[in-house]
Amino acid sequence: MTDDKDVLRDVWFGRIPTCFTLYQDEITEREAEPYYLLLPRVSYLTLVTDKVKKHFQKVMRQEDISEIWFEYEGTPLKWHYPIGLLFDLLASSSALPWNITVHFKSFPEKDLLHCPSKDAVEAHFMSCVKEADALKHKSQVINEMQKKDHKQLWMGLQNDRFDQFWAINRKLMEYPAEENGFRYIPFRIYQTTTERPFIQKLFRPVAADGQLHTLGDLLREVCPSALAPEDNPTPKRQGLDVQACAQKV
Amino acid sequence: MSSRPSRHREAGQWARAWPPLPARPLGRPAGEGRLGFPAAEEQSPRPGRSAPAQRWNPVGGFCEKLLPSDRWPWSDVSGLQHRPLDGVALPSLHWEWESDWYVDENFGGEPTEKGGWTYAIDFPATYTRDKKWNSCVRRRRWIRYRRYKSRDSWAKIPSKDDPKQLPDPFNDLSVGGWEITDEPVGRLSVWAVSLQGKVWYREDVSHPNPEGSSWSLMDTPAEAAQISCGPHDLLWVTLWEGQALVREGISRNNPKGSSWSVVEPPTSENGIMHVSVGVAVVWAITKDRKVWFRRGVNSHNPCGTSWIEMVGEMTMVNVGLNDQVWGISCDDRAMYFRQGVTPSELSGKTWKAIVAGRESDRSHSGSSLSLLSAGCFFGDEVRGSGESCAPSDTDASSDAERPGPDQPVPAESLDCPGDPKGSSASGPGTSRTTEHPAEVASPATQTPRPEPRPGPACTPAEVPWTNIDLKEPKKTPSHPLAGLPETTGLSSLEVLPLGLEEPYGADDHPLWAWVSGGGCAVEAHSVLKWFSVQLGLSPSVQTLSLSITPAQTAAWRKQVFQQLTERTKRELENFRHYEQAVEQSVWVKTGTLQWWCNWKPHKWVDVRVALEQFTGHDGARDSILFIYYVVHEEKKYIHVFLNEVTALVPVLNEAKHSFALYTPERTRQRWPVRLAAATEQDMNDWLALLSLSCCESRKVHGRPSPQAIWSITCKGDIFVSEPSPDLEDPAHPLPCDQMFWRQVGGHLRVVEANSRGVVWGIGYDHTAWVYTGGYGGGCFQGLASSSSNIYTQSDVKSVYIYENQRWNPVTGYTSRGLPTDRYMWSDATGLQECTKASTKPPSLQWSWVSDWSIDFSVPGGTDQEGWQYASDFPASYHGYKTMKDFVRRRCWARKCKLVTSGPWLEVAPIALGDVSIIPESPGASGNGHSVALWAVSDKGDVLCRLGVSELNPAGSSWLHVGTDQPFASISIGACYQVWAVARDGSAFYRGSVSPSQPAGDCWYHIPSPPKQRLKQVSVGQTAVYALDENGNLWYRQGVTPSYPQGSSWEHVSNNVRRVSVGPLDQVWVIANKVQGSHSLSRGTVCHRTGVQPHEPKGQGWDYGIGGGWDHISIRANATRAPRSASQETAGERSGEQGLPSGPAQVAGALQESLGPVCC
Repeated sequence: MTDDKDVLRDVWFGRIPTCFTLYQDEITEREAEPYYLLLPRVSYLTLVTDKVKKHFQKVMRQEDISEIWFEYEGTPLKWHYPIGLLFDLLASSSALPWNITVHFKSFPEKDLLHCPSKDAVEAHFMSCVKEADALKHKSQVINEMQKKDHKQLWMGLQNDRFDQFWAINRKLMEYPAEENGFRYIPFRIYQTTTERPFIQKLFRPVAADGQLHTLGDLLREVCPSALAPEDNPTPKRQGLDVQACAQKV
Repeated sequence: MSSRPSRHREAGQWARAWPPLPARPLGRPAGEGRLGFPAAEEQSPRPGRSAPAQRWNPVGGFCEKLLPSDRWPWSDVSGLQHRPLDGVALPSLHWEWESDWYVDENFGGEPTEKGGWTYAIDFPATYTRDKKWNSCVRRRRWIRYRRYKSRDSWAKIPSKDDPKQLPDPFNDLSVGGWEITDEPVGRLSVWAVSLQGKVWYREDVSHPNPEGSSWSLMDTPAEAAQISCGPHDLLWVTLWEGQALVREGISRNNPKGSSWSVVEPPTSENGIMHVSVGVAVVWAITKDRKVWFRRGVNSHNPCGTSWIEMVGEMTMVNVGLNDQVWGISCDDRAMYFRQGVTPSELSGKTWKAIVAGRESDRSHSGSSLSLLSAGCFFGDEVRGSGESCAPSDTDASSDAERPGPDQPVPAESLDCPGDPKGSSASGPGTSRTTEHPAEVASPATQTPRPEPRPGPACTPAEVPWTNIDLKEPKKTPSHPLAGLPETTGLSSLEVLPLGLEEPYGADDHPLWAWVSGGGCAVEAHSVLKWFSVQLGLSPSVQTLSLSITPAQTAAWRKQVFQQLTERTKRELENFRHYEQAVEQSVWVKTGTLQWWCNWKPHKWVDVRVALEQFTGHDGARDSILFIYYVVHEEKKYIHVFLNEVTALVPVLNEAKHSFALYTPERTRQRWPVRLAAATEQDMNDWLALLSLSCCESRKVHGRPSPQAIWSITCKGDIFVSEPSPDLEDPAHPLPCDQMFWRQVGGHLRVVEANSRGVVWGIGYDHTAWVYTGGYGGGCFQGLASSSSNIYTQSDVKSVYIYENQRWNPVTGYTSRGLPTDRYMWSDATGLQECTKASTKPPSLQWSWVSDWSIDFSVPGGTDQEGWQYASDFPASYHGYKTMKDFVRRRCWARKCKLVTSGPWLEVAPIALGDVSIIPESPGASGNGHSVALWAVSDKGDVLCRLGVSELNPAGSSWLHVGTDQPFASISIGACYQVWAVARDGSAFYRGSVSPSQPAGDCWYHIPSPPKQRLKQVSVGQTAVYALDENGNLWYRQGVTPSYPQGSSWEHVSNNVRRVSVGPLDQVWVIANKVQGSHSLSRGTVCHRTGVQPHEPKGQGWDYGIGGGWDHISIRANATRAPRSASQETAGERSGEQGLPSGPAQVAGALQESLGPVCC
């Protein structure tokens, strides 16, 4: 028998072993060693790569450094996607560790948003939380929270404090006993095969006849192609699990 | 479900004989008129003449002849009726004798030891148990128990009445009246309407006597058609003419009521056809099928004020417990439930269709069948009423297939496999014509239309009635049959509902004719699962769920967990040496609380509170709680290391959400850190967080171990402590102020455990609960709680206040007292003013669920209005007025209710007063026997639970154990020694209890200590301890295997409130008062020190957590200190050899010879 807590912990403590290498064209004063790190799946790249930045800046001159950005096999990595999502989307079939290239020049303006500071990540994260709560509770829960609760939620994520985060996030995940679930399930489906960044629709947790919907129902309704018979559904759901969790936070 | 044991004491048989002349020596020949207890040779019923009723004369001694003017030699208690032993017959075929006749040797709680004879000057007079010089007559009581045996079957009600009076087939029947204020427990009102339109009342129906005694005809102004009786005092009758009759004046003293009032139908052209009443509601159907709700109905005004028309058309409606409403729609003959009925909105919001198939429809899907069977279907939030309904079939038909009118709905459907007519034949009105029950389901119905509706009627929710869900933009139905689910593990769950829908999706939607919710208590805000076909849901309904998606089954969760584990393995296993991206750091939670300050005058002061948590690289956690305060404009703080905290205890406070934090030092001081939060949520957040931190720092998590020590505070909160091995070390026991207590959700008054993990509890409302193996619940939501095995739990208790009056010569009794008098509305002591308006529930968790009502059951008795009289305050009160009485008082009670959650499941239906589970002998590992469990019901019956095991801790059924008086406390020792305390304060030992004879054979009366009335007993391995009403703790001396009753009581200590003796014969108590260095605390856990085989009474007390503790059970802890175990055995042996006499030998001998003699 496993508990939700165990599941939540495992989701939270999901880590992706990553090898950061400096882009070959970056100018360094001496050889830049690769840097190895375990990245939390539920966090954001620019939030957890202070060490990477420091490591490479040690071998670089100050004037050669502008905003850091990351790339995997030619694809710039969007920092506002959760790390787990980026990995599942782009690299889940490749061997570990995940090889990420670090850039300090030539910021790909048309592909990436700037991330001037961690405040930008916080703003993005909080807006996701608010959007999710709008779907789940008509924003009632998030609006009833105090500023310090918002801060605790964010600090929990930033400092990788499961208990601190869930002490607040618990409230966002509750629903009244007389209802069978949230008003709508907040979700986004990301696919590599389409041009659309993601699919997002209103989806109720309970059918009109009172039956509880499953993830299968959701996929069937909003993204039937994902359930083509030849597909192995497991990695999809795996990705979706991580994604759903990140979305709901 | 166990059948509820109920029994009737056959009204005592009194046998008497002349006493010896005063001059005669008092000693009588042994065996003369004397019976053993119980004496086998006296057990067969014999003719009264040969019974040992004797007369004494100077020559021949006792003889059976009495004076010609005397009462019968064998009589009832009054002496007026001749009742020879063999002339006492069972009332009907449905009764059986439980035991044979035996002499009651107990007289007012005192053993008579003279064959049960009691003496008096003459008949009738005051009897005493002592023979005096002027005792001229004597009598004794013979007892035999009978019990009603026709449970769970249809039993024809015998008609002993005048056949001319009852020619009439019955037309309708209604059972209610079981909650009339302060009536005797188990009384029921059974009302019937005959075809001729007469109304009948069945006399003397009660739980022990479900068939009642006789029918009484009630006069009515017109011919009645149908009747409905609510659980309280509402009784409505419909007349053939279309009006309704309302019975007025129903009360405890007059359950039949006094008069009728007529209520006109809503419109004159459409009369009332059907009516159903509840606690405070009346619903009616008129001839045009319209549904009406009666406004303004209550106890004072049973007629109400006006009719309100409700949406929908129904053929009938039925009001269940809690005023919840069911109905059969006129249109599609589907069952509907009225949603949104709450105490504040009794008319509810919408009708919602209930999905209920029949057994044949579901026979192919076992898992959902069990979900829909009566008990499981209703899930956690719906409780069986506990009041099994009286058989109410008055018909001669022996049709045993028909379900009872008060069965829960789905049970009806299950009882009628495959026959739509049968399934609709559940109405009481169908008794005559079983062939076509649908046609006559409601006689007032003109023409019920049972025409089958072909076509896909599979979703009754789509009938065009107001339904919130229907207003939403609807998507296409998610389960067209074509859309068969993929074969992934996740979606294969959907096969079940499809499989279910198929059968009656075809053409065969059942047409219902009658519904009754009378056996089904629906809490106002509970979530019901009746409105959809169920998925394979997890058995627990979580009110607050942390789940990622709602569809959580154990399998689903396991699957996700496995995948996550695989993911971790895949992605992390070879890379654990990588650096973490985010270093662990300090986390601080801060907030504002109030603190009960250390200095005088003590008061609540505002403080800033911060909890700092550090996590080391090894994952170990250390936390400190800082409390910052300002005194004399100087900023100061105190701090507490959370790994030193021993308990976090919610504190009873009617105004504040407060809790206390204990460390060993503060336990010794009796001065915990007391903190209060502004809101309940805030307090729960802090409690949950602090508790989690404490548990993590002590690495305590998950469910308590089977050896855990359980305790309960006066607030009803449940605490559990893991015993360390040296807790019972005879040489150096762990001081019990070091024990760490953590809270488990739920609300109980009593908890008892044994070391096989069987834990039972009893609520304040006497509901029995069994532990499910979960943890958390209550305020411990989310992470500190197990996700399954947590259920909603509620408890009810009464708050009492007193109305005091003084007599004056002018106006009689008034509420104007003397200036020196107590408050005219006060608590029991008279010191506190308690008015009806100002009295609050005991804490903020409780809310009122009833209005104030007079409590007639106070000790000393009351008059008809509940008054008790006395010469002055405070004095002893009696229930009748005399010339010397100048004051009177009466007690008012009001019920309040608490709803929480915890790892507890109700064991219906019997309410309990005490429970005891056999402690396992140390070293004895589950020997295959079921776990012996004894209990005392709230009525004082002794019960033995069968089928209790680790896997089935709730057991299967109750076995009733006869007693000749109500009992109060019970305890079973490790060698099946069952001891009990009766309500009169004397003790009893039950002989010959063993695994093969779980109920034993007979009771042996054990006199209580001189001038003391016992109230509790606890038996460990061999030691027997009892507690009296004055707080004295007694040890039973001289208990040996051959004489398990022992010889005498030895005083051990006073100041004891509750005792628990464990399998190591360790003794723990709740002490009444304990003085610490800072303050006094009441209700403290204490451990008897120095308890050794040769010194079973111990030497002193070690003081643990408290105050505010009410109950402890250490009976699961059989953990000996590993080192000392061998020592102890050696000590026993040497003691046995070295001391030729004394307790050591007794104890040693007991231990040595347990097997053959005791066990």
